Amino acid sequence: MSTAAPTVEAPASTAPAARPGLWDRTAVRLAAGAVLPLVILGAWQAVTVTGVVPAYRLPPPLTVVQAGVQLAEDGALWLHVAISVQRVLLGFAIGSLAGLAVAGVVGLSRAGDALLSPTLAALRAVPSLAWVPLLILWLQIGEESKVTLIAIGAFFPVFTTVAAALRHVDPHLVEAGRCFGLSGWSMFRTIHLPAVVPSVVSGLRLALAQAWLFLVAAELIASSMGLGFLLNDSQQTGRVDRILLAIVLLALLGSLTNAALGLAEKKLLRRWA
Amino acid sequence: MTTTVTATSSSTPRAAAERSPGSRGPSATPHGVQLEGIARAFEGPQGTRAVLRDLDLELAGGEIVAVVGPSGCGKSTLLRLIAGLDRPSAGAIRLGGGVLEGTDPRTAVAFQEPRLLPWRTLADNVALGLPRGTARRAGRERVEHLLRLVGLEHAADLRPREVSGGMAQRASLARALARNPEVLLLDEPFGALDALTRLRMQDLLLDIHAAEPTTVLVVTHDVEEALYLADRVLLLRTLLGAAPEAPSLARTIAVPGTRPRDRADHDLAALRSELLEGLGVDTHHSPQPTTSEYPS
Repeated sequence: MSTAAPTVEAPASTAPAARPGLWDRTAVRLAAGAVLPLVILGAWQAVTVTGVVPAYRLPPPLTVVQAGVQLAEDGALWLHVAISVQRVLLGFAIGSLAGLAVAGVVGLSRAGDALLSPTLAALRAVPSLAWVPLLILWLQIGEESKVTLIAIGAFFPVFTTVAAALRHVDPHLVEAGRCFGLSGWSMFRTIHLPAVVPSVVSGLRLALAQAWLFLVAAELIASSMGLGFLLNDSQQTGRVDRILLAIVLLALLGSLTNAALGLAEKKLLRRWA
Repeated sequence: MTTTVTATSSSTPRAAAERSPGSRGPSATPHGVQLEGIARAFEGPQGTRAVLRDLDLELAGGEIVAVVGPSGCGKSTLLRLIAGLDRPSAGAIRLGGGVLEGTDPRTAVAFQEPRLLPWRTLADNVALGLPRGTARRAGRERVEHLLRLVGLEHAADLRPREVSGGMAQRASLARALARNPEVLLLDEPFGALDALTRLRMQDLLLDIHAAEPTTVLVVTHDVEEALYLADRVLLLRTLLGAAPEAPSLARTIAVPGTRPRDRADHDLAALRSELLEGLGVDTHHSPQPTTSEYPS
């Protein structure tokens, strides 16, 4: 049997990795990313201090920080942030789970596709805000109506990307799976699920962005807490500093949750892609 | 499946190769395959198109049979029928007395493309072929053994995209063997490989066949490969444009001699010309023996 080991060919992908350039270093990337925010902050400070823009239109950066400190001291800030984060995470979780389930039905069965796809396409065409009056009438101005709206927002990106990915799983691999006795659940677990992991992850990232979008929509219209409420309330009381504070907080929270998902993505893709 | 392959200390690799864990063992004779009046027609926009017709065939247990024919003659269809990936329009396929219905655990397929799962290591891809219910430890030993058999023991933890086409194809072959099949179906398995790798793979296949006897049906478009590997070569004809009653099987050629065959054998050269002419290729072959038949 010694002839059974043919000469080993060189693996295809051992090309030497290019040395990381200046722009690929972590420290450089972090510093580079901070450049534009710092420039904006500087310009902001400059136009407010010199009086080019009056303070009632654009308060200086420090005032925004003070507004934050003041809100934090009486506890309102944490309440707004916490309730908004809770709504986003709940709505995101419910919406993306539902999206995955329905994508499974539509992506794997022709009957599911034929029965559900047209309706889902029509529902997706409804602008998000059109749901608000109905949700408020049905679910009142409570948590349910907001979480539902966010779930609707998170549902479609997951559904669309995952259903399409399931439909396009390499038929060669599916056939090979069939040859090796896979069917039903074992086929799904062994072939389809791993094949669509990258699409699931990108669908989830889109869904998370949508969740924040729909959160603000929900809270702007009818709420007594949350960052959207803070925005709306500050507009009515003319507190531009608080509006800016809310916007900065939304940017930070959105980036933070996205970065968390990005870490998970990195791990998943290393394993599955 | 675990990806960490721990070496078992007790058995030496080559000794294990002689008698593989989990296989039927070299002594057991595999079943043959009987095809009775097989026909397959496909519905198309221009009506029904017959691809296979009146095909009666007996593959003896342990025999290597090569199928050649022009494109569209149904040689891949034939393989897919035996693999259970397709159903005949008429006729029956028997394996060991029973009629084959759908994919059968006693058959295994290696395709022209490796069709490995890109997210699994080569070892885990081979493990996909293990019969259901194989114990974890036995399965791991069997996979190790097969990877050694195809010369991939050093590449067990690599992903398919990290290895060459030849290595991927060997992994695909190992995966088919992991099923411990009685009938091994190979659909142009070496067609996509470079010429040199192809020759090595042919010898590898013969080594494997000697170590773990199976009934082998190999579809190929390479007449030399067919003559080098097979006990018998079947020449199929394209039904398109053929006489309406003509059966699919045009000729059966018993290849003389025993394996391993001399690639430059003159008898084979004559058969090669015969087959090529059957395929409609002018070989410019002169009946006198010449020494420059295979310029390689």
